[in-house]
Amino acid sequence: MKPMLELRNVSHVYVNDKGASLAVEGMELMVGKGEFVSLVGPSGCGKTTVLSLLAGLFLPARGEILLAGQPVHGPSPKVGYMLQQDYLFPWRTILDNALLGLEVRGELTAERKAGVRRLLEEMELGGTEERYPHELSGGMRQRVALVRTLATEPEVLLLDEPFSALDMQIKLQLEDLVQRTLRRLGKTAVLVTHDLAEAAAMSDRVIVLGSRPGRIRQIFHIPRELKQQLPTAARRHPSFQDVFDAIWEELDAGEEGVERSEESTAE
Amino acid sequence: MKSQRLNKSAQQANQVDAEQAGWLRQLHLDFRRRARRRTAAVHAVQLALLAMFLGWWEAAGRLGWIDVLLFSYPSRIGQHLWTTLADGTLPPHIAVTVTETVVGFLLGTIGGAMLAALLWWFPFVSRVADPYLVVLNSMPKVALGPIFIVSLGPGFLSIVATTLSITVIITTLVIYNRFREVDPNYIKVMQLFGAKRSQVFREAVLPDSYPVIISTLKVNVGLAWIGVIVGEFLVAKSGLGYLIIYGFQVFNFTLVLSSLIVIAIVAAMMYQLVAKVERKLMAGWKDR
Repeated sequence: MKPMLELRNVSHVYVNDKGASLAVEGMELMVGKGEFVSLVGPSGCGKTTVLSLLAGLFLPARGEILLAGQPVHGPSPKVGYMLQQDYLFPWRTILDNALLGLEVRGELTAERKAGVRRLLEEMELGGTEERYPHELSGGMRQRVALVRTLATEPEVLLLDEPFSALDMQIKLQLEDLVQRTLRRLGKTAVLVTHDLAEAAAMSDRVIVLGSRPGRIRQIFHIPRELKQQLPTAARRHPSFQDVFDAIWEELDAGEEGVERSEESTAE
Repeated sequence: MKSQRLNKSAQQANQVDAEQAGWLRQLHLDFRRRARRRTAAVHAVQLALLAMFLGWWEAAGRLGWIDVLLFSYPSRIGQHLWTTLADGTLPPHIAVTVTETVVGFLLGTIGGAMLAALLWWFPFVSRVADPYLVVLNSMPKVALGPIFIVSLGPGFLSIVATTLSITVIITTLVIYNRFREVDPNYIKVMQLFGAKRSQVFREAVLPDSYPVIISTLKVNVGLAWIGVIVGEFLVAKSGLGYLIIYGFQVFNFTLVLSSLIVIAIVAAMMYQLVAKVERKLMAGWKDR
């Protein structure tokens, strides 16, 4: 399988007045086409940094990032990004928000506009096209944000905790919706989350990161019987708890390890 | 038998619905009536205050409680306004002042907004300009009046320049600061779509700052009037500010006060106009 995304020995450094700090060190990762990968880890493990690097928002200090075999130099039309909150523009109608990406790229044709309208219908947002974001609920708004991201037909979706600001029930519904949509369209996805259950229920692989500097600690392959289910069904599957516990233990051990090593240096 | 009973219960249900609807309508009507009554009371008190003030002023003038030479009284001012309006001596002064104010207001607001855009576009320029802007902003700009007069001549240009000096800097600073406070995530959304800087500005920074830009319009109406009246104090040979100074010099305070009243009325009208424009521009996404 040809990798859709590839990190080759990537390190990233943040520089400011106080000094330069290593955020991510020597990261190697391959994500295949159509694969769903989650990054989990404690705060400071560079999850969001990795996502921003993949999106081309900034370039790595060292190493190389490849998208479909090509080096990443900046934001690419092949990559879509969903933020923690919807960040719909309050001065635009729902339809205009969904069309934002196409407008920015100058790709707005009648045909693609019709496609976006169809996508809104599929997300059960029909009839809201001319309304404004403040008139919609949080779950609906995040669905509009999903349409906005999918409208430009990206190959890869980067999801930066897109469900974290939602109520539990809405969150579960959206997880299913996103998973169904991604599978139907055959998209590749990288999800950053600190909700381990979400990671276990949605992903093909869960990557546990360690912190300061961020690096890969462990990779979990989710068993086939869970991968094939939608997230809500996977959460109810008998083997789900074992997977969850394994990831949990790994994360827990990582954090204890840090504490223990701090203690030992103190002695 | 059974269907009859069903019908009956359906009728009952309909009756209950109708009763409830009537009750709700009644509550709504009561609420509206109370709100109307409250608004009427506010208007009545406002009018009464004005009438009391004018009545007291008129009586004080006629009965000699105040010096009529200095403070005049309403009927004299009204008569003065009426005759000067009727014989056509007042309207040209109003026209001159309104023109200067509108020109100063528009140039100040547009110029300030454009300068703010320039500062946003070139962060380097903004850092270079920062101390100059601080000094210019804290300086009493009216003190520049004599310099405008010697360089632009005693007339329309100097007055507009005085107005601009008052409005431009503060407009620039307020709008530029708003540009910088735009939620970085809106900008991130644009960048992720590969937007150019001009697109980021047009589609995210500018519309997000819209409410602040519009509210500077209101502030600038007031500032433009200050600039114009001060400018006319300094140089003019016509205009409402000129009439005030002229009336002061010849000790005709009826003229001074009637000019003040005209200014108050015209300025209030301009303010209302801007407020109307604001409501129009903000329709749709105001309550977010």
